[in-house]
Amino acid sequence: MIREDYEIVIGLEVHAELSTKTKIFCSCPTEFGAKPNTHICPVCMALPGALPVLNEKVVEYAVKAGLATNCEISRDSKNDRKNYFYPDLPKSYQISQFDKPLCEHGYVEIETEAGKKKIRLTRIHIEEDAGKLNHNEFGAGSLVDLNRAGVPLIEIVSEPDIANAQEAEAYLRKLKSILEYIEVSDCKMQEGSFRADVNVSVKKKNSEKLGTRTEMKNMNSFKSITRAIEYEAQRQIEELENGGTILQTTLRWDDVSGRTFEMRDKEDAQDYRYFPEPDLVAIRLSEEYIENVRKTLPELPESRRKRYLEEFKLSEKDSRLLTSSKYLSDMFEKAQAICHNAKAVANWLLSDVSRILNEKELEPENIPFTAEQLAQMIELIEKGTISSSIGKKILEELFINPRSPKAIIEEKGWVQISDEKAIQEIVEKVLQDNPQSVADYKAGKDRALGFLVGQAMKATKGKANPQMLNQMFIEKMK
Amino acid sequence: MDITKLTVHELQEKLENKELTVMQIVQAYANRIEEKEEKVKAFLSVSTKEALEEAKKIDEEGRNTSLAGIPIGIKDNICTQGEKTTCASKMLENFVSPYDATVIENLKREKIISLGKLNMDEFAMGGSTENSAFQITKNPWNLHTVPGGSSGGSAAAVAADMVPWALGSDTGGSIREPAAFCGVVGLKPTYGLVSRYGLVAFASSLDQIGPITKDVTDSAILLNLLAGHDEKDSTSADVEKKDYTKALKQDVKGMKIGVPKEFFGEGLNQEVKDKLEEAIQMYKSLGAEVEEFSLDIAKYSLAAYYIIACAEASSNLGRFDGIRYGYRTKNYTDLKELFKNSRSEGFGPEVKRRIILGTYVLSSGYYDAYYKKAQKVRTYVKNEFDKAFEKYDVILTPTSPTVAFEINSKCNNPLEMYLADICTVSINIAGLPAISIPCGVDSNQMPVGMQLIGKQFAEETILQAAYTFEQKIKFRETYSPKFKE
Repeated sequence: MIREDYEIVIGLEVHAELSTKTKIFCSCPTEFGAKPNTHICPVCMALPGALPVLNEKVVEYAVKAGLATNCEISRDSKNDRKNYFYPDLPKSYQISQFDKPLCEHGYVEIETEAGKKKIRLTRIHIEEDAGKLNHNEFGAGSLVDLNRAGVPLIEIVSEPDIANAQEAEAYLRKLKSILEYIEVSDCKMQEGSFRADVNVSVKKKNSEKLGTRTEMKNMNSFKSITRAIEYEAQRQIEELENGGTILQTTLRWDDVSGRTFEMRDKEDAQDYRYFPEPDLVAIRLSEEYIENVRKTLPELPESRRKRYLEEFKLSEKDSRLLTSSKYLSDMFEKAQAICHNAKAVANWLLSDVSRILNEKELEPENIPFTAEQLAQMIELIEKGTISSSIGKKILEELFINPRSPKAIIEEKGWVQISDEKAIQEIVEKVLQDNPQSVADYKAGKDRALGFLVGQAMKATKGKANPQMLNQMFIEKMK
Repeated sequence: MDITKLTVHELQEKLENKELTVMQIVQAYANRIEEKEEKVKAFLSVSTKEALEEAKKIDEEGRNTSLAGIPIGIKDNICTQGEKTTCASKMLENFVSPYDATVIENLKREKIISLGKLNMDEFAMGGSTENSAFQITKNPWNLHTVPGGSSGGSAAAVAADMVPWALGSDTGGSIREPAAFCGVVGLKPTYGLVSRYGLVAFASSLDQIGPITKDVTDSAILLNLLAGHDEKDSTSADVEKKDYTKALKQDVKGMKIGVPKEFFGEGLNQEVKDKLEEAIQMYKSLGAEVEEFSLDIAKYSLAAYYIIACAEASSNLGRFDGIRYGYRTKNYTDLKELFKNSRSEGFGPEVKRRIILGTYVLSSGYYDAYYKKAQKVRTYVKNEFDKAFEKYDVILTPTSPTVAFEINSKCNNPLEMYLADICTVSINIAGLPAISIPCGVDSNQMPVGMQLIGKQFAEETILQAAYTFEQKIKFRETYSPKFKE
């Protein structure tokens, strides 16, 4: 637990890879997972004499992100060079934006148990990704893969408005869902296309002065981020309480040991020698351009949430949870359009599907089955072909080897027993084996009925029609 | 007929009239290189063998472009596919570019034949070509003097008739100063007129590729091929394509020529001054309206130039880190040493000096005092030129305060070497076009260069002024390099 007399101050810098077809300064593809150094050209491998040309789509996507996060869009912006040496940075400078970012002064609204809150955005700017070093992957030594060099990024910088790990997670989830909704980034965290640098400091409550912050770079899982924030805040408080001081450093979060470590090559006040990129011209955006981009913005989570309340009569909470992820929300809409049972689709997605995602530490975009498959399963339950407990088993199957629920049922012999004669036989058998429960029921203990139904389900491996069982038990015990 | 004495437009005529074959021309140049290169040392790589093969092919297949079969020499900082592009640096000693610069593509489309790559100051940093990591090029007029720089190999090769024309690059005077020292014509186009794609960058906001030729007509012909929008260079201007040869008219009547007195003050060699005075008289006699005026920018420009050029260079040359191509030290145990030793061993002293200077002026705490201030000077210089061009069509100055100096005479004094750029750098700072043409020789028979500066994209005006002057003084007909030993 964080001590009551301290406050945590968190700022996040999110890097999201934009899903443009080509790189930011050349026409190489941005596709992930290709053979090393196959998506390269003189420009992105920084051959002598090669020059960058700005991909206009990158500007458009960044402006879209800015508009979706309530930013002011700069009419007059430019690129700058950030100079440093590293083998994955072929030009020895990254083309980024320094003092004139494309978007400024935005905000996103988050909701946690404590209620709603606005998190302000300082800026969103465009820049290029670096290449990747493969250490000892192809024999001894380190090799450079430049496929990722020049993949476009936006960096979204928040104000230090975030007060705890829950808010940080809510903010990141909100940002991620916005970027997914407007389709500027696929936000695949495992592939590193949505990652965050986390700045944490602590201060005594009522103290005006911000504490010294530490930074944890390139974190790409919500779980690690929340754990790291909690650990780091606690560590800083303990350090201060023990009379120590916090040094401004870059830390590495280690998921296995659950602690932060100081990075060995800590930045000794790295001087990036920013200056305007002379190979590119200024970025000037007209009102008309910005308005045209605004027109392409799709429905955002906020308005979808409101629609779910009215159109599908879902609860406030369910609407919010469903729309928190575009993938989840899209699946909901598709499935309900097929089976016309919005409540059931919402329930399945938010209870069992979410539980399995949680257990497997997956995100909604990792759901392996289709909305059609989910809708079919719900229809089968509605028709009484299967029970909902079989439905749960089908869902497990869908996560392992997605295929049509009908095929699964046939293959596994899971068709619900709705034959009156068969049900009667089971009921009689259970009544015979549990005289005490029958006595209890007749004595007015209604709970005994549930037990008897459970026994019957167990005997049929969940295949018996629960409504029919219920009715028949009541009948027989009259 | 001495083929190598001919200009390109003369060669073109003879090819068209079938008085000459491409083979005869290329063979003549191959012979001339054989004869003179040993003394001049203008080439870093000679490709006469390949050139002869190409010549044969063109003769067989027929010439389908007006310049097909004309040979050329290329400064070694312009990327040519499959050939070495060394920038006269140990860093790129064995670098072979997998792609052609846009200007090279243009030449190849015209079936122009490369005779080889020409020496220069390492990474185009210098004004004497003495900073080449490989060899010192000699001035064909006097082999004890420098050819100027950084396009010294290009200017010397043209002057020595080893190539009919050549490509140079100009960041602060690197086409014009060697052209002046070697008695040939050098044109720095307006920034943005010629694509920089494939030119190994020294200072991105100042660099321009341009022609070094025997006469003004050839300059216009080559500019026709070089100029034009290139989508691979974001700073390339999207201006209408022009035929610059149309500007070759003998007429300066009523042309307003401004002569900035600050360019004729302290430090200007008396004989250079005398030749310029004669040129001014000549223009007056041809009907131009010549007027002296004040343009007090030279000394600020020089300081601003060295700050901006070095700042950009320090970043541009970062890519030579020993990782992907170029020189890598054998002497390292970790990454930092790999970077440090590769760069320390691969770069020469002048390049290192400028990288250090540039790194310094961009450092936090110094940025405002140097880089930002230099940018303000840059704006000021541009504005001053704009004001001057409200009154004048052309501004006339010396190209260099002196004629070609002795080899080794300035090597130990970089500041004095930098001062040689005083007349040329402000033109790059302002992004303007300027041409250097010979206006006579001094008492030692060394050529003197005159610089004509124009408005942005007013190449035609300076070409016309230069052409008119050239037709009158007939420099080429009167003087030629004597390879004095």
